[in-house]
Amino acid sequence: MLLSSLSVAIIDYGSGNLRSAAKAFERSAREAGLIAEVQITSDPDQVAAASHIVLPGVGAYGDCIRGLRACDGMVDVLNRAVIEGGRPFLGICVGMQLLATVGREFGDHDGLGWIDGEVVPLAPGDASLKIPHIGWNDMNITNGAGHPVLAGLDTGAHAYFVHSFHFKPSSPDHILAEADYGGAVAAIVGRDNIIGTQFHPEKSQNTGLRLITNFLNWSPPQ
Amino acid sequence: MLKVRIIPCLDVDGGRVVKGVNFVDLVDAGDPVEQARLYDQAGADELCFLDINASSDNRDTMLDVVARTADECFMPLTVGGGVRTLDDIRNLLLAGADKASVMTTAVKNPEFVREAAQKFGSQCVVVAIDAKSVSGEGTPNEKFEVFTHGGREPTGIDAVAYARQVADLGAGEILLTSMDRDGTKAGFNLPLTRAVSDAVSIPVIASGGVGTLDHLVEGVTEGHASAVLAASIFHFGTYTVGEAKAYMQRAGVPVRLDQTPQPGDNNA
Repeated sequence: MLLSSLSVAIIDYGSGNLRSAAKAFERSAREAGLIAEVQITSDPDQVAAASHIVLPGVGAYGDCIRGLRACDGMVDVLNRAVIEGGRPFLGICVGMQLLATVGREFGDHDGLGWIDGEVVPLAPGDASLKIPHIGWNDMNITNGAGHPVLAGLDTGAHAYFVHSFHFKPSSPDHILAEADYGGAVAAIVGRDNIIGTQFHPEKSQNTGLRLITNFLNWSPPQ
Repeated sequence: MLKVRIIPCLDVDGGRVVKGVNFVDLVDAGDPVEQARLYDQAGADELCFLDINASSDNRDTMLDVVARTADECFMPLTVGGGVRTLDDIRNLLLAGADKASVMTTAVKNPEFVREAAQKFGSQCVVVAIDAKSVSGEGTPNEKFEVFTHGGREPTGIDAVAYARQVADLGAGEILLTSMDRDGTKAGFNLPLTRAVSDAVSIPVIASGGVGTLDHLVEGVTEGHASAVLAASIFHFGTYTVGEAKAYMQRAGVPVRLDQTPQPGDNNA
């Protein structure tokens, strides 16, 4: 494979509309002068062959993880490509939450367990704050300072969030950026070749497109 | 800190914008996709399309508008008008909408809200409530009633109780329009907005009556709304989104100013 030719697999496991995500990746690649083939796929072989893997997700945690596991062979392929193979991986919204050990939305559900921690209901300290957390919130870049995928994203940058549950990693080292919603909410998590955003980069205008471009340009150390 | 959203709304009929901004640099001022692109560049926080004549003939036209908008505007998009079935919602989401706004169907059958939320998640189910004061505006313990058909059909349903009901059923947001104020430019019905906002734990989008930038501020400070929706003041170029945000910021309302050209900027 040529270095300049990327293939992005956006995993389709029946969770929501992936068209905007695909379009956002196409736009980001085009503007960055990258040649990228963007595929929406439920085929584990295509995921295994991709240079970049994206796991989106909307809806309830249990439905999402069940949907993902129902794609025959997908979780195995993900484990091989991402954990063993070091392939760049981006989880979005519930796709980010699936990185956790466990999700506690309508019962307890095992996640992928790639980043130790749990997904719990938002419980803002200020009772006047509404649930879901919907809208544009600004980020505080914590451990993500200097991370290639956060290049050009400074503390104060706004992104579009919509969620009622949030990911609490066991180790603060895995929190790259936070938002404040009556308390700290993980906005970006990551380790090694794995990154996840609670917000929707595909809906966050230029801030989101910048993050996607960074992700496409990312070569995590092996 | 979460910012208050400014949401321009475009009325669409047969794939054409009914009231649109008449900017000179528009190739086709009636094209909702062009209007959407302008609002995207102007720093709108979200966009709302309202299909005002959602006949079955028009439905595919609207889906095409949504798809073409979602192809190039990377911002949240809500679409309402004529959403009657779960398939209607599915088709809108597949075309690229993030949220579907439901009105008459939810009034007739509130369980539809639960079904939609279970199927697609609360985050994409907006319940639109058109309400009117039925005890006289400004009277003590003012009562508000849900209306349908553009404010012509009373339902006998108390708007605040109904808002609580749909929130309990799984609605993700409420789009609240005061039919007393819609089109008057006299400002939001603040007692209505506050009564509904304070009654539910989900965000409320205030709509109906915005004529000045102060009205946007009041919707938040006095109406307790999480977001404000306006049509005319933006369509007719009275104010830009950037001007609205700058004004709200000065009034102490938290807004998102990044990616928002400000008055005085070359590209504002």
